[in-house]
Amino acid sequence: MRELTVRFTADLGEFSLDVAFQAPGKGVTALFGHSGSGKTTLLRCLAGLERRASGFLQIDNEIWQDDANGIHLPTHRRAVGYVFQEASLFPHLSVRRNLEFGMKRVPARQRQVSFDDAVALAGLSGLLGRGAARLSGGERQRVAIARALLTSPRLLLMDEPLSALDERSKRDIFPCLERLHSELSIPVIYVSHSLREVARLADHMVWMEEGRVRASDSLQRVLTRLDLSVEQGDEAGAILECEIALHDDKYHLTALDGCCGRVWVSRLDMDPGRAVRVHVPARDVSINLEKNSDSSILNIWPTVVENICDISASQVLVRLRCNTSGDGPRLLARITRKSCVKLHLKPEMRVFAQLKSAALID
Amino acid sequence: MSLSETDIQAIWLTLRLASVTTLLLLLVGTPLAWWLARTRSWLKQPVAAITALPLVLPPTVLGFYLLILLGPNGPVGSLMLDLGLETLPFTFPGLVVASMIYSLPFMVQPLQNAFAAIGDRPLEVAATLRASALDRFVSVVVPLARSGFLTGMVLAFAHTVGEFGVILMIGGNIPGETHVLSVAIYDHVEALDYENAHLLSAGLLVFSFIVILLLNLLNKRTHPEIAR
Repeated sequence: MRELTVRFTADLGEFSLDVAFQAPGKGVTALFGHSGSGKTTLLRCLAGLERRASGFLQIDNEIWQDDANGIHLPTHRRAVGYVFQEASLFPHLSVRRNLEFGMKRVPARQRQVSFDDAVALAGLSGLLGRGAARLSGGERQRVAIARALLTSPRLLLMDEPLSALDERSKRDIFPCLERLHSELSIPVIYVSHSLREVARLADHMVWMEEGRVRASDSLQRVLTRLDLSVEQGDEAGAILECEIALHDDKYHLTALDGCCGRVWVSRLDMDPGRAVRVHVPARDVSINLEKNSDSSILNIWPTVVENICDISASQVLVRLRCNTSGDGPRLLARITRKSCVKLHLKPEMRVFAQLKSAALID
Repeated sequence: MSLSETDIQAIWLTLRLASVTTLLLLLVGTPLAWWLARTRSWLKQPVAAITALPLVLPPTVLGFYLLILLGPNGPVGSLMLDLGLETLPFTFPGLVVASMIYSLPFMVQPLQNAFAAIGDRPLEVAATLRASALDRFVSVVVPLARSGFLTGMVLAFAHTVGEFGVILMIGGNIPGETHVLSVAIYDHVEALDYENAHLLSAGLLVFSFIVILLLNLLNKRTHPEIAR
């Protein structure tokens, strides 16, 4: 089983870090938290850049750091790729020489990402001869990503690679990140304070607060944990993995199939079979005891009440399990306390969830 | 109007002294400047002050103390005698040692500023791209601090060419050994030979102007690329 085991403590004066978690050795793990929660410090620990931290770090069966047993690989001996918040290209080198910097320091037989593949993935073919100082912010960050990939890392660390970019550059770079996700098997640790980014890219989520890990689990599970969701306000909602099933041209709709059933959304311009992620906000989910076929709402699913939590004096958040039998994905519904009492909602009750809206994440 | 044998000898001696001093200063000054730019030790400020001392100290004072230190009765001089070595005053190696101390801040300060301006980030980036510490210095620090190296070397060279007080104190006036340009000019003036004094002085004036001009042009060409 490919896995990442992380334990670190660091006392940095006013701030202390004390984390322990495991993450899958594939896909994207989001390190999520507000600024000052220690995300970047933790990322630096993983890369071996934080000298004041001690702990344990194992990837697959390779131990990079075990201070208790005197093991501490220096940064340049760890097979990490690191994409810093601001692109940090070498200003004295061209784009091509920047890309080659790490690649030529990795023995040829260990290279798994070819120069041409990385250039294509990051869309850099037209920029190779340019000086690093003559690039836009988005271009620089794409070079930084490709440069990190070319060291064929065992672990790719990304520190809010989008935060310093404007909306247009972000739109440029997102496809590059998504291709990275789908085409390469390199596990990624992605630091972000944006739920939207995390919801779009991550598979696993480590939720950090004040230097501690508050939750570490699959994205769906963390996002539907009631105690964490209550704090998200209007952003609270579930993420569903779906696939484009078919288009209804008469009513201009598209059907998405997920493991809990079919969702209808406004017509999407995508080919059937393509995997997409759908965000279902808690505020747009309502609960019925009966399957109400007279409703204007198209998306009605059988679910089981799992848990109920107060948001305020007037509202509650209900976690629902799709697939009435077995372990299905979760939905969140934000309803009034009055309705909750009126319907006598309690755990294990079978109810119907009505999804007023569902939106593709982008 | 032509240069005498002694004057040509003085010019060559001066160039040799300045070249040797600059090269040795590069070797000594680079690690010192790197340490000063990166350390958080309490020793940083005292060491920086000692390094800068030749900037404010009258050259005669520096030369006087070096003469005492390196002379046969001084601690370093007597040690050298015990080891069977010649003492340094009034020799070419003595001039090199004195010039290195005298020109040290001109090498170290531009380098230190250039190193400090690079910051931690490019080094961290290079480390994540598998570059070892020495590799990071050679492939990242040296090119990024290029103008610092250039400035330090040119200033140290030019400053050594122009020194007088220290040399007079510790080197004296031995043709081919310690009779450098500035001393030669002094000798001409003392002998009221203004014509030859003019020749050498004007040569140094033009040399200094060209050095500063070239330095400015080179740095101007380097900087826009470095700018982020």
